Amino acid sequence: MTMEEVENGRDDMLIDGIEPKQNQNIEIPEEFNANYLRAYYDGRHPGCDQSYVGRREISFTLENDIYTRFLSFNSITELEKAIKEKCPFKIDIGAVYSVDPAKKDAYSQNAFTPVERELVFDIDISDYDDVRFCCSGANVCSQCWPLMTVAIKVIDTALRDDFGFNHILWVYSGRRGVHCWVCDGKARRLNNEQRAAITEYLHVYKGNENSNKKVSLMGPLHPFLARSYTEVLKDFFEEKFIYSQELFSNEERYEKILEMIPEESVTSELRGKWLDNKRSRDDVNMARWGHLKQLLQSGKHKLLEELNRGGLRSEGEDGMLANLRS
Amino acid sequence: MEIVRSQRKSSFPSSDIVVPTIPLYRSTPALEVRLEEFELYAVQRLRVLHGISDGLSRGKKPDEIQKLVKDLWKVNMMHPDASEVVNKDIISHFVLRLVYCREEELRKWFLSMETTLFCNRLQLETPEAQRALWDEFGLPYKAVSIAEYESVKDKLNQVARAIGQSSSSADTIFYKVPFEEVPDLVAKRKVFVQKGIAYVATNQVISILMTQYRSHLSKALALTYRKWNSMIREQEKDRLTPIVEALSTSYLGPDYSQPREYAELSLKDIDQVAKRSFPLCMRHLFEKLREDHHLKHGGRMQLGLFLKGVGLKLDDALAFWKAEFSRKVGADRFDKEYAYSIRHNYGKEGKRTDYTPYSCQKIISSTPGVGDHHGCPYRHFSLENLRVALAKMGVGGRALEEVIDKTQNRHYQLACTLTFEAVHGASCDAGVNHPNQYYIDSKRIMESKNNSKSP
Repeated sequence: MTMEEVENGRDDMLIDGIEPKQNQNIEIPEEFNANYLRAYYDGRHPGCDQSYVGRREISFTLENDIYTRFLSFNSITELEKAIKEKCPFKIDIGAVYSVDPAKKDAYSQNAFTPVERELVFDIDISDYDDVRFCCSGANVCSQCWPLMTVAIKVIDTALRDDFGFNHILWVYSGRRGVHCWVCDGKARRLNNEQRAAITEYLHVYKGNENSNKKVSLMGPLHPFLARSYTEVLKDFFEEKFIYSQELFSNEERYEKILEMIPEESVTSELRGKWLDNKRSRDDVNMARWGHLKQLLQSGKHKLLEELNRGGLRSEGEDGMLANLRS
Repeated sequence: MEIVRSQRKSSFPSSDIVVPTIPLYRSTPALEVRLEEFELYAVQRLRVLHGISDGLSRGKKPDEIQKLVKDLWKVNMMHPDASEVVNKDIISHFVLRLVYCREEELRKWFLSMETTLFCNRLQLETPEAQRALWDEFGLPYKAVSIAEYESVKDKLNQVARAIGQSSSSADTIFYKVPFEEVPDLVAKRKVFVQKGIAYVATNQVISILMTQYRSHLSKALALTYRKWNSMIREQEKDRLTPIVEALSTSYLGPDYSQPREYAELSLKDIDQVAKRSFPLCMRHLFEKLREDHHLKHGGRMQLGLFLKGVGLKLDDALAFWKAEFSRKVGADRFDKEYAYSIRHNYGKEGKRTDYTPYSCQKIISSTPGVGDHHGCPYRHFSLENLRVALAKMGVGGRALEEVIDKTQNRHYQLACTLTFEAVHGASCDAGVNHPNQYYIDSKRIMESKNNSKSP
């Protein structure tokens, strides 16, 4: 953060990095006072806060699953020293609190409270187990990883275009998914209700093995859904996914799709056609998808779109999880 | 607000204007209140709030709630002297602030009910009155200019169609509001959002007013609590304090966090008891736990707290969960990863809060995802799966169809009540509002059957 950027008013990333001035002991006046304003800009402005780094919680997971929370460090050297000393297997970054987490016991419960925290999303490929047949659980392969790519595209676009966030970091989580860190100042200062609102906005897929249809998108779509469909999901589904997962190749698989169609007449006609197992020249997935589209389109339903998005999905859990599937 | 003991009529300023709009309760009014009215008005407003709470937990739909609010208000909050109605409204609100500021759970409940009340009263007002309130709140949002409207009108119309409203015209006014200030509209995708700005239609303004009202009341409650603790409680210990303290214990209904003595549950009986006396939601979780030797977090919370309410002691709980989980993840991992949160639920770790078992309302509104088994089966199961589950419970024939009918009409708690009646062969007049209540009622019936059998 250069001084120039600060002066240009780019305060969305304003944290520390600015030389702090000595806090002069100035009495806070009752009414507006130009001298006080000067002192405010010169030492009390949040951007002058050198304590920011020290108030960030870090946690280490050591050997033997020992988990230590509420660590904090005032400088990069202190952090480096601790890492070298303790050799953590895993390091997590927590919230920025009102006082140094390492010193929290010196304060009353009320005085120690979280102040800022990045908006973080966590997507696990295992949440897609009901739509992938190549792997399950923590396993991933090149056939099902594209589900993750698609989720990233949809969420990233929404975060930038719809919510106006700019500082977004996507990282591979190390095992079976990705993390998304939104670091804008506005994002860090969101309260729980606002975070839940963003998650809910992205949330489409609701349900599990006990319910039948998990996506219910009938009729005209909100621009976010329409855009996700036309720009990412439709092509991915029709050109890649039905093939990589061979969605129509056998009864077990295509039944999952037919389950989502409420029209008995449509599903029984398709079943009849497919049980036949007539081999055409075309790839069986392409052929059957073609049959399905044709039947639905002729029925003038929006079900076709529903199926394609067949799980434009995102699930909120503690406001931290968002998954999308095609 | 001055509380007086006098018997004479309180001297209110003669109000020539009857204020039609809803008061915002911004500051304590300069009114004299008789001691008798202090308590009476509070009780009457509490009846309204309690009625709302009851309606919500019975799963009533928004239009039903609106009618309910209208009726409750008419029955409880009127006054023979028309100019007194507003004063009664204001006084009762402030008294209840005192009553409900004193604990976190009370504050949450009060905030929730008052916000619902405000929202519904607002919806019953004319658009002009709503705009007047908008101005009174002093919200700084700009209207969309004609030029900008042209550039976004396609998107705005898309949203309008998606939420089932007619498309806008150039006359419809939209306001540009930071998305942070309308979280409920964003969450339900009822607004077009671009670069962090939500385009809010005039008729959605209510949502903003609600958020403002809620946030203001929340802060006011915190302040009231501080004042109560530091000053009022002591000062009023012979006069208002006993009234205030008595008022708060009356209306929340039992929370089942402290199981009664006879409700102790021992591990050796648990399978049988589950089959006979658990409501469907807990039966399902229990069976899945036995089957998979695992439950995800939502299920652990819902079932775990229920069992606590039923009388399962901490040591038995640890043994129970460990016996199941160690078959899937091993005893060591159980001790490392799961034992802590069980102890946490019993208030033995961390904040040491004694968590309360979930009510039907809370369970119904949860959102189980892939791999989850919590939630309310009447809401979250497909009808097919629900039929199967009910058949396993021994519900069939006409009773089953009645349950399914209630479910389809989204009366989930009524469906559960009918299930209870079918399974026990007895009526359940109070209806099911809480899984632990279902359990207690079931045990009571079972025990009376046993007693009548024994010679």
